[in-house]
Amino acid sequence: MPDYNLRIIIPEIFLFCWAIVVILSDLGSKRKSPQTIGYLTMAGIAVTGVLLYFFRGGISFNNMFQSDTLAVFFKVIFLGSAFMAVGSSFGITNERIKNHRGEYYGLILFSTVGMMFLSSSSELISLYIGLELTTIPLFVLAAFYKDDKLSVEAGLKYFVVGAFSSAILLYGLSLLYGLTATTDILTMKINLALLFLKFGKIGPGFILAMVMIIAGIGFKLALVPFHMWAPDVYQGAPTPITAFLSVGSKAAGLVALLRIFVNGLWSFASDVMQPLDWGIIIAVLASAAMILGNIAALRQTNIKRMLAFSSIAQIGYVMVGVVAADEMGVTSAGFYMFIYLFANMGAFAVATVFGDQTGSDNIISYAGLSQSSPLFAAGMAVFMLSLAGIPPMGGFAAKYMVFAAGIQAGYTWLVILGLLTAVVSLYYYANIIKTMYFAPGESTIRINPSFPAKLVLLLGVVGVIIFGIFPGPVLEFARETAGVFGF
Amino acid sequence: MIPIAHYLILGGLLFAIGAVGVIVSRNLIVMFMSIELMLNAANLAIIAFSRSLNLMDGHVFVFLIMAVAAAEAAVGLAIIIAIFRNRETINADKFNLLRR
Repeated sequence: MPDYNLRIIIPEIFLFCWAIVVILSDLGSKRKSPQTIGYLTMAGIAVTGVLLYFFRGGISFNNMFQSDTLAVFFKVIFLGSAFMAVGSSFGITNERIKNHRGEYYGLILFSTVGMMFLSSSSELISLYIGLELTTIPLFVLAAFYKDDKLSVEAGLKYFVVGAFSSAILLYGLSLLYGLTATTDILTMKINLALLFLKFGKIGPGFILAMVMIIAGIGFKLALVPFHMWAPDVYQGAPTPITAFLSVGSKAAGLVALLRIFVNGLWSFASDVMQPLDWGIIIAVLASAAMILGNIAALRQTNIKRMLAFSSIAQIGYVMVGVVAADEMGVTSAGFYMFIYLFANMGAFAVATVFGDQTGSDNIISYAGLSQSSPLFAAGMAVFMLSLAGIPPMGGFAAKYMVFAAGIQAGYTWLVILGLLTAVVSLYYYANIIKTMYFAPGESTIRINPSFPAKLVLLLGVVGVIIFGIFPGPVLEFARETAGVFGF
Repeated sequence: MIPIAHYLILGGLLFAIGAVGVIVSRNLIVMFMSIELMLNAANLAIIAFSRSLNLMDGHVFVFLIMAVAAAEAAVGLAIIIAIFRNRETINADKFNLLRR
């Protein structure tokens, strides 16, 4: 008996239709005020959030789609990052992409729908479709300044790497399908255990599948050594899209990783077949990401490139939670991503507004910002402190949780490495604050963000501080997501 | 009946040719074709498994992959045209403005 419970995909259906409405409403926009479409998009995202609250919980489409706590938690992150990306886009849609506003906002929404589908899919086919629906609109968005050489180059690099990585992922999935004779992740777990009991060992085909899946998702997450595209794409793409890439797209990769590895292969890896512990593979990649990301960020002069390397390092910290792969690990990885949403989107919003109004992305141009626009500079300082993990900002609580999970799971070496690299990261985050407050600045331009950008900055600052001081409710929510994995 | 191993070896070879093509080739169109070859290698593997296991999921999967590959092709070619208009070349080595 097929089971089509449409109720639980109402948020996705609504957002998808809303994206079409946004694109169509641009057709007659010559008469409308330029802001209308942006506000329309933000309203759509907010309504989707409300719908998500009412229509959640349950399984539909023969287990292909499930709206469990994990999915809802990550959907909140996706909607939040889309909301903040759209809110900081008003500057560029007023100036640089006047003729394609509808497409711009519509594609952001399509990508968000893809992420939402991905987070709900407990099955390889829908997982792959969700991942592609996330990525393909982002190719276009990265290349959105059609006449700008840097932007098109960024789009091209993202396209080649993204398509290459999804082909690798797909081949891995095909091997997994062939070995386990199912596309459902939970059935896969059972079938793998049966296979292991039958043959007493795991074959090379399975190892190949696992390595290919890690590589494919690693590209999406920009884990070292699959990170080489990230700095270039982040630098060239429109800044709000960079922000969306660094938060939304990474959270999507994270949820795919959790679904396949922690849900599908975990108990198997730990109980039955010690020799094939995927945790160690990801732990090595995480340590490489923390080392390389933090050290390469030290010598960047462009703020977007600096934030790109910083986000590579940040995803390394999230992976410490993933390798722990227990209740605390999943909780802390989700919580880290939640705080990272506010801090990183906020930092990119500052970079967007600053770039729009001064035309510069160089860190050196931030000199003297504390005199010309003190509030704006204070906001950036808060985001930098949170990314560096200084109390009482959210970043501290997040790093603390992740490291605690790592220690508990026995990855002490990884945690020590994380602590050391976190100290290194303090240097380049503090460097921005130093430039804004103490460097002699000739910057006399007073930065005046538009209303939505102010809203985004406020949301970021409030999120980082409130959830840093009172992490309880979010932690509780994140802990419930771990229940999905049966912890 | 041809044993499944033959299909898998063919799929593996196609995938390897595609992967090497993406890494070695400097022409964007050739790189793009190589990526399509990799996707088709995965399709072939899935269909072979699906037939030998007598399951229909694989057939559905392959149809959806073909649709996704078509969407990816449309976007990819559009981006290649956009960069050709900007730079008048499709040699991947020339696209180095972002690496300073």
